[in-house]
Formats: sequence, C-alpha cells, structure tokens
Amino acid sequence: MSINSIFDLYKTMERNHAMLSFKGLVTADLLDSVLRITESKLDHIEKSTKRRKKVYNILVECLQNLYHHNESVIKHGDNSKEIMSNSSILCISNPEDYYEIKTGNYISKEKAEDLELKIKNINKLDKEELRELYKSVLSKGQFSSKGTAGLGLIDIARKSGNKLEYSFMPIDKNYSFFCLNVKIK
Amino acid sequence: MENINLDGTPKTPSVTFNFENGTLEIRGRSIPENSVEFYKPLNDWIEQYGESPQPATVFDVKLEYFNTSSSKCLLDLFKLLENINKKDTDVKVNWYFEKDDGDIEEAGEDYQAIIPLPFTMIEVEEI
Repeated sequence: MSINSIFDLYKTMERNHAMLSFKGLVTADLLDSVLRITESKLDHIEKSTKRRKKVYNILVECLQNLYHHNESVIKHGDNSKEIMSNSSILCISNPEDYYEIKTGNYISKEKAEDLELKIKNINKLDKEELRELYKSVLSKGQFSSKGTAGLGLIDIARKSGNKLEYSFMPIDKNYSFFCLNVKIK
Repeated sequence: MENINLDGTPKTPSVTFNFENGTLEIRGRSIPENSVEFYKPLNDWIEQYGESPQPATVFDVKLEYFNTSSSKCLLDLFKLLENINKKDTDVKVNWYFEKDDGDIEEAGEDYQAIIPLPFTMIEVEEI
C-alpha cells in the first residue's frame, strides 16, 4: 500500500459518510467497543430517540451475527491446511437522511444455501407477516448450540422496515463471502 | 430462599427478584452474546419460588433494549411463571415501554399474544 493511498482511503470513507469501519475478527471486546463508540456518536448526531434506538438495536443483531457465525476459511494445500482468514467487515454510515449498516463475512457454501432461502423468504413478507413469523419462531424455536434463537435477520428486517440487500460472492469451491446491507430510514 | 439482586451492566439488566414480596423486576438493557448463561439463574430462581410462592406475584419488565436471544430467554421466564399462575399464586406482568418506543411496545404485545398471563402495558417518559 503506497503512502498516498491513505488519502484515497480517507476520501472513500468521506464520500461514503462513514461513521465507523472495521475489518478483522469480531471478538466480544470488539463488539463492546463498537457498540460504545456508535452509541456515543448517535447521541451526538441523531435527534430522534426512536431512530437512535432502532439503529442501535439493528447494530447489536448485525454484530452478534458476525460474532456467532464467523467462519474461518481453510485453504487445503497438498499436504497442509492453512487458515486463510476469519475476518469480517463492518461499516456504519450516515448518508443523507438515513443510516446504513454493511457487514461481510465468509460462509461455507452449504450454509450459504440455507441462509439465502431464509433471506428470500423474509424479503417476501410485509410488516405484519414479519411480525407473525417472528412470533412463530419465538414460540416454537429452540436455541442453537451457539445460543442463537434464529430471530436475528427477521428482527433486522422488521425493525429496519426495509428489504434485506444481500449477495453471496463465490470465493472457491467451499466458501462464499456473504454481504449484507441494512438501510434504516 | 435467597433473593436475587444484580446490578445492571452495559449489556445486562439489573435484576431484583424478591421472595418475601413476590416482586420480580428486570430493568435496563439485555444484549449479552450469551443470554442463556445470564438467564439460567433467573429460571432456576422462579422454579424454586414456584414451590412455595406468595399469593400474588408481580413481574415488572422495564427494558430499554433487548437482543433476539434475550427475547427467547424472556419467553422462557414467562412460561415458567405461567406454569405456577393460578395454582398457588396470581401472576401479573407489567410491561413498561418508553413513549414513542413502538418496538418495545410491539414486543410486549407479541408476548401477550403468545403467553396467557395477564399483561398490563405501561407507557412511561423514561425507563
């Protein structure tokens, strides 16, 4: 990376109205710091308590998804296994009159298929139908081994009031990179 | 039996479960990564309380934020209370929400629809 590209990086972040960007492993400590920083920034820039709470709530779910579902990408060599990366990316921005939370993380192709079906189903539903789905998963669902309730994405869609924008970028035969963009008006 | 008195943290609510008064309160935010671990002692307490409860039990829920895994844990607490309701105690739930906080208000209504406990929705200026 050349020294002048620091300024390019700055301009890119400025253009995207970045509030906070992070790339790396999402640990419990990191999660705490991001929440603390974002909360204090929101206190300064957002007058509506309602919207402040919405952004914060959605951020909690996005971060906890990264924390619980982050996968290490393992490269299978001829006679060795090597961990390529277990990093995620998170960008919180405030362009014009809305907020955006973007996340990206590696996911196995097998899990990606299930996740895509789940998101497609969520995106078909209107506000009331999302509420019914939430109630049904809440009352019938069980905790996974990671202690997650399967409600995160439903809650994100419900609170944001927008469709989930997503894509799965193919990395190799085993992994994809899952990109999610949540808009909060 | 011992009462529960926990101070709130940035990620977990304050908890006051008082056996002598039959009053239970959780207040603040509940956004731990591992909600099950946090809520397990509260489940255990209610189970033990249910063996010889007070004639009236009041559960005050005053939450500002909670994550989806806490929402499942809360449902489990309500289910335990529902199990002991009308047997040896009358359980009432007071669900507090801040004015204009439609999300918390809706969440209360959702529990009300799932669990047959009597819920009272209480709007306040600030939790």
